[in-house]
Amino acid sequence: MGVDNFPPMLVLRRRSRPGEWLIQGFLLLCALLSILTTLGIVVVLGRESWLFFGDEAVTLSEFLTSTTWQPAIGHFGVWPLLNATLMTTTIAMLVAIPLGLGVAIYLSEYAAPHVHDFLKPTLEVLAGIPTVVYGYFALTFMTPLLQNLFGRETVEIYNTASAGLVMGIMILPLIASLSEDALRAVPRSLREAAYALGATPLETSTQVVLPAALSGISAAIILGISRAIGETMIVSIAAGAGPSFTLNPFEAAETMTGHIARISGGDLSYNTIDYNSIFALGMTLFIFTFSLNLISRIIVERFREVYE
Amino acid sequence: MSFDPERSNFAPTLRSRRTWARIGRWLFIAATVVALAALMMMLYNVATSTVGLVAVEYEREPSTLVEQPLEEVSKEELVALLQANISAGLFRRLEHDQPFATRSRETVYDLVIEHVVAETIVRSWPLDKSLVDRAAIEAEIAADYPTARVRFHAWLQPQFLTRSMSSNPEQAGVRTALLGSLWMVLITMLLAFPIGVGSAIYLEEYASDTLLNSILQSNINNLAGIPSIIYGMLGLAIFVRTLEPYTSGAAFGVLDGNGRTILSASLTMALLILPIIIVSAQEAIRAVPQSIRLASYGLGATRWQTTWYQVLPVAMPGILTGTILAMSRAIGETAPLIVVGASTFIVSDPTGPFSKFTVLPIQIYQWTSRPQAEFRHLAATAIVVLLVLLLTLNATAVLVRQRLGRLP
Amino acid sequence: MLIENPLMEARQVTLYYGASEALRDVTLQAAPHQITALIGPSGCGKSTMLRCFNRMNDLIPHVRLSGQILYRTHDLYHPDIDPVEVRRKIGMVFQKPNPFPKSIYENVAWGARLNGYRGNMDELVERCLRQAALWDEVQDQLRKSALALSGGQQQRLCIARTIATEPEVILMDEPCSALDPIATLRIEDLMRELKERYTIIIVTHNMQQAARVSDYTAMMMLTDDRAAGTIIEFGETQRLFTTPSDRRTEDYITGRFG
Ligand SMILES: Nc1ncnc2c1ncn2[C@@H]1O[C@H](COP(=O)(O)OP(=O)(O)OP(=O)(O)O)[C@@H](O)[C@H]1O
Ligand SMILES: [Mg+2]
Repeated sequence: MGVDNFPPMLVLRRRSRPGEWLIQGFLLLCALLSILTTLGIVVVLGRESWLFFGDEAVTLSEFLTSTTWQPAIGHFGVWPLLNATLMTTTIAMLVAIPLGLGVAIYLSEYAAPHVHDFLKPTLEVLAGIPTVVYGYFALTFMTPLLQNLFGRETVEIYNTASAGLVMGIMILPLIASLSEDALRAVPRSLREAAYALGATPLETSTQVVLPAALSGISAAIILGISRAIGETMIVSIAAGAGPSFTLNPFEAAETMTGHIARISGGDLSYNTIDYNSIFALGMTLFIFTFSLNLISRIIVERFREVYE
Repeated sequence: MSFDPERSNFAPTLRSRRTWARIGRWLFIAATVVALAALMMMLYNVATSTVGLVAVEYEREPSTLVEQPLEEVSKEELVALLQANISAGLFRRLEHDQPFATRSRETVYDLVIEHVVAETIVRSWPLDKSLVDRAAIEAEIAADYPTARVRFHAWLQPQFLTRSMSSNPEQAGVRTALLGSLWMVLITMLLAFPIGVGSAIYLEEYASDTLLNSILQSNINNLAGIPSIIYGMLGLAIFVRTLEPYTSGAAFGVLDGNGRTILSASLTMALLILPIIIVSAQEAIRAVPQSIRLASYGLGATRWQTTWYQVLPVAMPGILTGTILAMSRAIGETAPLIVVGASTFIVSDPTGPFSKFTVLPIQIYQWTSRPQAEFRHLAATAIVVLLVLLLTLNATAVLVRQRLGRLP
Repeated sequence: MLIENPLMEARQVTLYYGASEALRDVTLQAAPHQITALIGPSGCGKSTMLRCFNRMNDLIPHVRLSGQILYRTHDLYHPDIDPVEVRRKIGMVFQKPNPFPKSIYENVAWGARLNGYRGNMDELVERCLRQAALWDEVQDQLRKSALALSGGQQQRLCIARTIATEPEVILMDEPCSALDPIATLRIEDLMRELKERYTIIIVTHNMQQAARVSDYTAMMMLTDDRAAGTIIEFGETQRLFTTPSDRRTEDYITGRFG
């Protein structure tokens, strides 16, 4: 019994609806634009980095191993910049992880509902403050504070400690908020089980709830690290201008992001090695943050499987 | 049988465990307090710099010019004062820039202060110090600058919004930067809103190919995590450099200028906030009950009719809330605009997409980076302007959700 | 065949949701201006069957259908047929009342306007609300949100909204399951009136309801391998309820079904 035995009814025939198709095409284009953005980033960073490493003054091995970055004399070792990035990030995480987790545990396990309902949105608003404001805070408050504490001779005006500490404060709301979400997602029954065995609130939260939420919390922390690595304004303002390889947090040092911002902010002419070099730094940055975000997402996805 | 602690296999640890529990609790509270204190400190630190004592030196004492206080002198007298005390050439140039007849009293007053009184701030203090240490401050100034006068100065004042950039901190304002921010955000939203909502609609209502859908989705999540400065580099390479003929306006007959325009900045910013808009719009669309869609299709509506007439109106409060939050992100972003090349010092207001520009956060960055304390006060004041702007936006978002969230 | 000139007909319909079979070899007819009831235990595919008749299944990804759904002897799944047009002709009322979050008036007017109705809209809205036995209750508050109505009123509004597009067939999927007995009786009365103008196919879990309102009844049940639903008995309601020919039907309608 073929289809043709039952001819389609004329009034119900497929109409051409050009409007519908046009709209669908437009919507698809919109959605594809985000793919194009990613491609654009990869192509731009890749192309300029290629040109950078193609220059005879530059070698990949120097880039990856040398501890001098002095474009004026043709030295392009990423370590001074990378080191400053890692230092500010480490300091920031030293602040943000303990405080952020403390806040998260307090909010999810201890705080009364009305305290929670006030603090959580407050944190979210604070997380939305532009980073240039944090940069101002680092330079006009944190640095003088450090200078008063440790002496003006030890603490330079621009230093990675101040930038790192304030960056920690900036990232704190992010980690607190995301970790709190993870803690809240732990089923109530688990807490009740712990209490029923005679555990104290501290034992319940640190030995039962925290481990159960660990993947969500790790994801939050990794996201925080990625944010710290990519953060630009605080370090541009407070960490110092000029690459220098130092492990002393009270000395000035320029991070990768700070360097990109400073170089591109000036009168930069295209097709110079300076121009290409910041794209190589951008590529490095991209690889770092991309991997971290990927790890964070993989962890979160695992986490979902556990609870569903 | 009664309970005998002596014979129990469990050590009596309850007391120390209790103590630890209490210590732990206090630690968590302390962490919260420290965190909030740090963040409050930041706001305090900004607020206290917006007004305070300044020590000023004059080339000409205002009291030697006229009898009444200068603040009360009329515009005509101020013009006369100006004419009498500055060179004829300078007066003619000022008249040429803008005829005195059309200038407001405020601006003439500023000119008198700038050119006749020639006030310079030699030192400045934040409010907290000004109030607590006034005596010490005056003693310090009497010793260092015998001719200087100490008085209060409100950095935050209405004129701060209307004055343009100036190298004299007392005359400087954020008008240019504010206008730049508004232009930039306007164009950004015009681009990002339809595209973002369009993408979200496609992903939620149209995409049936699950592979394409999941590629798009994970790509958007990735984009949301890319540092903003990298978007700046994308903008620099694509919009400022490659598309320069278009972004500079050369292709449209605007001749002077390069690609470092509001348009380039807006395009860059649009790409940056696109993932935020898409994700929040997707959430809003997903929250629309499926039954509404079924009812609509059941009546013979097409996909777009269902989306446009039924789904979008219900999702709109959520979409708008997300969009406003994305907008505040665009207003606060600094790094990508540095890379794209916001101008650091411009005095002329932006007039359209092809203008050179600066924006509020860039202005704050500039002022913060200056070594002189006076500019720090300006930075703090500009921060207040920025934060008020953002707070207004956030409040609007809440209002939108409440107002539009209610059904007809 | 049982019915001479069926308005709608399913012939050997088999349907898969992805890899899982939901309907197997279902054949069913609906006589014009009659009410056909689909009954059967939960999960046997009644809703699925109903959705085949106006191609609502097209909205679910990975649905595959074989066999024919005929409307006036025309195949509704012919590649040249537009599902949007189909749904206009064959309207649907859902299990849970789902008015649009708009005014009562807009709820009725929207579908008609969408389908190019050019007459007097006020008249249409009034007529449809009257037909749906809702007019008296809402005539003063047409601008009020439809969500402010009671569940029973909402369901009648959904019926009014459906008839405003002037369909020929109305599919109802357990339209009374969310309603109290009084609202249920009102809807049943309404159905009896509506059948003068429309052909109705209704899914119901309520045996009395099927017996009360329908002219024909189809009994659905899972196949013996419990993989998919099929029709085990179809006939005039009166006959089916008094002298069922299938043992399982008898068990089900007398409530002896496991
Ligand atoms: N969207 C869907 N995707 C996959 N499977 C589905 C879907 N809808 C229904 N099914 C499956 O098809 C079978 C029949 O479902 P259907 O909803 O048609 O049953 P029903 O007879 O209407 O049940 P009830 O009386 O509970 O409403 C069930 O096994 C169900 O799990
Ligand atoms: Mg059903």
